Amino acid sequence: MSGSAVLILGAGSDMARALAHKYASAGHDIQLAARQVQRLAPDQADIALRHGVTVSLHEFDVLDLGAHPGFVQGLPSLPDIAICAVGLMGQQSESQTDMQKAALVMRSNFEGPACILGLLANAFEQRGHGVLVGIASVAGLRGRGSNYVYGASKAGFVAFLSGLRNRLARGPVHVLTVLPGFVNTKMTEGMALPQRLVAQPSDVAKAVFAATQKRREVIYVKPVWRLIMAIICALPERVFKKTNL
Amino acid sequence: MSALSGWGQYPRVQAHLAQPRSPEALRALAQSGGTAIARGNGRAYGDSAINSACTIDLRAFNRMLQFCPDTGQLVAEAGVVLGDVIATFLPRGWFPYVTPGTKFVTLGGAVAADVHGKNHHKEGGFGAYVDWLDLLDHNGQVLRCSRSENPQLFQHTLGGMGLTGIIWRLALRLRPVSSGWIKQTRHVARDISHAMALFEQAQDATYSVAWIDCLQRGPAMGRALVMLGEHAAPAELPAHLRATPFALPKRRQFHMPITPPSWLLNTATVRAFNALYYWQGARGAGRALVDWDSYFYPLDAILGWNKIYGRRGFAQFQCVIPLAQAEAGLRALLAAIAAAGAGSFLAVLKRLGAQDSPLSFPMAGYTLALDFPVTAKTLALMQQLDAITCHHGGRIYLAKDSRMARDMFHQTEPRAAPFAQYRQATGAAGAWASAQSERLGL
Repeated sequence: MSGSAVLILGAGSDMARALAHKYASAGHDIQLAARQVQRLAPDQADIALRHGVTVSLHEFDVLDLGAHPGFVQGLPSLPDIAICAVGLMGQQSESQTDMQKAALVMRSNFEGPACILGLLANAFEQRGHGVLVGIASVAGLRGRGSNYVYGASKAGFVAFLSGLRNRLARGPVHVLTVLPGFVNTKMTEGMALPQRLVAQPSDVAKAVFAATQKRREVIYVKPVWRLIMAIICALPERVFKKTNL
Repeated sequence: MSALSGWGQYPRVQAHLAQPRSPEALRALAQSGGTAIARGNGRAYGDSAINSACTIDLRAFNRMLQFCPDTGQLVAEAGVVLGDVIATFLPRGWFPYVTPGTKFVTLGGAVAADVHGKNHHKEGGFGAYVDWLDLLDHNGQVLRCSRSENPQLFQHTLGGMGLTGIIWRLALRLRPVSSGWIKQTRHVARDISHAMALFEQAQDATYSVAWIDCLQRGPAMGRALVMLGEHAAPAELPAHLRATPFALPKRRQFHMPITPPSWLLNTATVRAFNALYYWQGARGAGRALVDWDSYFYPLDAILGWNKIYGRRGFAQFQCVIPLAQAEAGLRALLAAIAAAGAGSFLAVLKRLGAQDSPLSFPMAGYTLALDFPVTAKTLALMQQLDAITCHHGGRIYLAKDSRMARDMFHQTEPRAAPFAQYRQATGAAGAWASAQSERLGL
């Protein structure tokens, strides 16, 4: 696999940066895609210098669906692995009063990511190989009052990835769903989180890298989340609706 | 607000820690109006990188930007950790010219403290290998400074403890090396004068450092193991290492699992440790080949070793005594330490070379460094050591200090007043301050 290219969508985030370093350290060339991508020039230099690989920058707006086909065509090569790390948490309080803001959260976490991965899936299928990675969220497994707009959009993305995997299962294209629990990133800065449940961006990168090597289907970064989510998902709705999670 | 401390975990200060990730966010913090201080990886021992109103974490700015294989010049952001520089460039035949005793420092922190290594007597401090810096000032301007451009600002920033602005990017020259191994020669010194004589004879050695038994009194006072080192050429390596001269043998890393109770560390255990270390070292005197990681960073193998001193934290005392007074000064310091029975596991003695800087620590002479758990007794002892240092014309290392009194600082540092005046004149005084600079009046 080394030498082949990895595309990272939403490359400006802490998690994306960690993923880029992880794959570059294994010898993969890196394609970084983000809005205002020139701000990532220092990362481009850093990744290339540390790991001796080729790193390219690509302007990409996940919400601009019309530009997606041109974006894919403009890549120096169709990547072997495409990782979608695009995400927008938003503020639940705003998402429940301002529907424009709610729509932005839903489009950023579901519509945009699903459309670009759908496009790449078709191209990978036509070529005959490829790995698609969607960074979803444990929040997508059950809607909670504290962040259900974000959660619902991630749930949509989880269902999309699961369906895509099912569709492609008999072919050579692989789909990985990543459900990180809490991760210490800009998104969670200032939140009071139980530290034992919090992963570092480098932990996510390591887990994703290993999972793409082993062709896993769905991963949690910290194993304890599998248990937590099993419990949360098993609660009867009558009980669940009264919880304050 | 959260409790921030340096590597010594003393003092702990409630402080606001800002974690900017973008140039815009960093600029906004620099211009916020109040005072602030930049912080790297938290390896200064005391309160050098803490400002309770605004401590700015530079660790997100950790990108290497450019490397020139002809000159060995690396351009990098200040939050890059020295260990990452080594991991990236040693396999290509480059190593830092100057390294402190841990590879977990950021480049910005190394510049701010103008750190020194085991080669200061011969090759100078970290700042000597910095070609230029980009300094972010309190107006949000980035000023390129070097020996020819803004030279005054450049000189005041090397060793300036972050009090001139935020070190953002720098160009650092690396040393070409042909292997990752050090040829070490170990000499046993009977006492302090013998140790100093060994250092003076070894002025040509690239690296020299001594571990000193700080609890010995009488004729054996200052008995020590003096260790000299040179970079090894591939031809000097045993056959099985020659093919991969930069490969590091697997070395286990340990975490300090718990914070041990402070009674564990008492005069008896320290005395036993020191005696054991001395006799083991004396038996193995002679030549050895040591990998770079074990040679330069023996303590980095125990992650979180700072917890060994218990919850109250520890303080490191490090002073330098000018050459002419060094033996008398060291004898007085060791006598006071042994009399107090407050020894330290690791007491380090090192010959420094001459350096002329606005605030950097080194001067031609001998530096002694020891750790003490923080107690009323050791704090009193360190005040006594300050006075001995002052009496012999020496000074204290700010990167290690967490407790010196303002009067003592100004008595030992005639450079403090001109440095403070420079800060006033440039407007830096109103923008950059640390708990340390406020304590010391800098």
